[in-house]
Amino acid sequence: MLKQIEGSHAMAEGIALCRPEVICAYPITPQTHIVERLGEMVRTGELKNCEFINVESEFTALSVAIGASAAGARAYTATASQGLLFMAEAVYNAAGLGLPVVMTIGNRAIGAPINIWNDHSDAMSMSDAGWMQLFAETNQEAVDLHIQAFRLAEELSMPTMVCVDGFILTHAVERVDVPEQAEVDDYLPAYEPVQVLDPNDPISIGAMVGPDAFTEVRFLQHYKQTLALRLISEFAGEFKKQFGRDSGGLLRTYKIDDAEVLVVAMGSVNGTIKDTIDEMRADGIRIGLVTLVAFRPFPVEALRKVLVGPKHVVVIEKSLAVGMGGQLALHVDLALRNVAGAPQVHSVVAGLGGRPITRPSLHRLFRRALVQPWEGTHFLDLNEEVIAKELHYVRKVRRSGPTAENLLRRLRTGAQKPAAD
Amino acid sequence: MFQVRFHGRGGQGVVTAAELLSVAAFLEQRHAQAFPSFGSERTGAPVVSFCRIDDKEIRLREPILEPDALIVQDPTLFKAVDVFHGLRPDGYLLVNTNRSFGDLQIADAVAKLPRGQARAVPASDLALKYVGRPLPNAALLGAFAALTKIVRFDSVAVAIRQTFPGKVGETNVAAAQAAHDAVAVAPVAG
Repeated sequence: MLKQIEGSHAMAEGIALCRPEVICAYPITPQTHIVERLGEMVRTGELKNCEFINVESEFTALSVAIGASAAGARAYTATASQGLLFMAEAVYNAAGLGLPVVMTIGNRAIGAPINIWNDHSDAMSMSDAGWMQLFAETNQEAVDLHIQAFRLAEELSMPTMVCVDGFILTHAVERVDVPEQAEVDDYLPAYEPVQVLDPNDPISIGAMVGPDAFTEVRFLQHYKQTLALRLISEFAGEFKKQFGRDSGGLLRTYKIDDAEVLVVAMGSVNGTIKDTIDEMRADGIRIGLVTLVAFRPFPVEALRKVLVGPKHVVVIEKSLAVGMGGQLALHVDLALRNVAGAPQVHSVVAGLGGRPITRPSLHRLFRRALVQPWEGTHFLDLNEEVIAKELHYVRKVRRSGPTAENLLRRLRTGAQKPAAD
Repeated sequence: MFQVRFHGRGGQGVVTAAELLSVAAFLEQRHAQAFPSFGSERTGAPVVSFCRIDDKEIRLREPILEPDALIVQDPTLFKAVDVFHGLRPDGYLLVNTNRSFGDLQIADAVAKLPRGQARAVPASDLALKYVGRPLPNAALLGAFAALTKIVRFDSVAVAIRQTFPGKVGETNVAAAQAAHDAVAVAPVAG
């Protein structure tokens, strides 16, 4: 049913259609509206056969989900930013134990400095924990990915994160087709665990594994992710057959056939990039887009297929590995490793801590990739004047004080205009 | 695409106003995207929200940089923030005030807009009269429908009733109707 609805509420309705049996959550901006709405649906009886458990921390939220999942219940939770970090140990455990918990990440920056706005630092920090990670471009896809996530997670016994840009998607009110219960029931079979804690038939889960078998356990975990590559495509195909929509999959392409520049990106910024590409193509610039949906497993083969051909690839990402550069760019480099005729990869970090990524900035960036391609990591809309002044000050003064406060003071005095303006 | 930026203060229903407008457009089978300015909102602090309306899917996720219309819920904001920033030269302006543009010291900016596309509406007064609380957002949407004809008043009324069932919705629709009529019927000044 078509609805004009807040992204968080649409996701909550989609998750409810998946018939979760245990939902546990601890509130953190910007995912709060999702679990609030789910809590309301449990209370009013709209969502039946589901226990909503309030917990005292994120660590407990995921630990309860792990326990519930091990006992054979379909379990769901959501978090963001610092909340995901506080879960970290349980994040690895859910994957290591092979428990198909589904968790929404309302993507948000990580402090310090404290920042409640959107970027992908939180999801990236847990990308190697053994979960699948799927990034939504729109709220429609966010709803659809949750339905696919439960099926993928349970088929593979592997937990799955659905990553949704905080505020930009979670707080946007837009048109979403919320599926009917019968449609979702047809697509998503009841949870049939491969291992279950049953007092009548006791087993143990979570053995200590020594050097004799640890590598093999890890190898199988990695192998399972390679199986996920096939299943993600397959289940997205089945989803399209049933619901008539292209949602999910490993990646999608936009106007790539004759492109001399390709952009690679994840999440909601793809929409703005598509509009920019249309404008640039009207000016005769041959540019296309590869929207990456799956970050884990990372679709090396699928990416290689679409990226070889053009001269330049611009990887634009909302995350930074401090001391290294763009993480997604590094992944794209890996996909092109030892490939003859591979394009040059240009890395861009953008939209950190909620800085808007605008069409004017993207126009300048993409044109520059054609005429003046760069090495290393480019920071979009960096306020170079403020950086220069701070660096100069720090060089001069030993006790120069905290960086965040110094920059805020410089901006407040109005001497420098933020570059994003 | 038609883009609207709402200016108000925390507690005035600025975010709700953008959402209501998006619902009104949705009811006319159009695509609409409403979103807040993502700050840590506090009561009384300047707040901005946005609404885009189009006949095709809206993919753009940047803030609205060049609005086609501004809806200003609190006229004191003209002195606090650059309300007119980016407003298109052929744009619309709707201000909640019972004073003149001259009194608000924005007559020069208003004069740059096409004749008849800037209007003042005493939306808080109307809300106080019909709703009993000085919340101007619903009334302003009624006036917006009359001023821009981007959405029909009936759609605005349905959006208000859907979002606020019962008496609250009805009284807000009455305020919106009064504001609509004030703009639709009264001669254009300036």
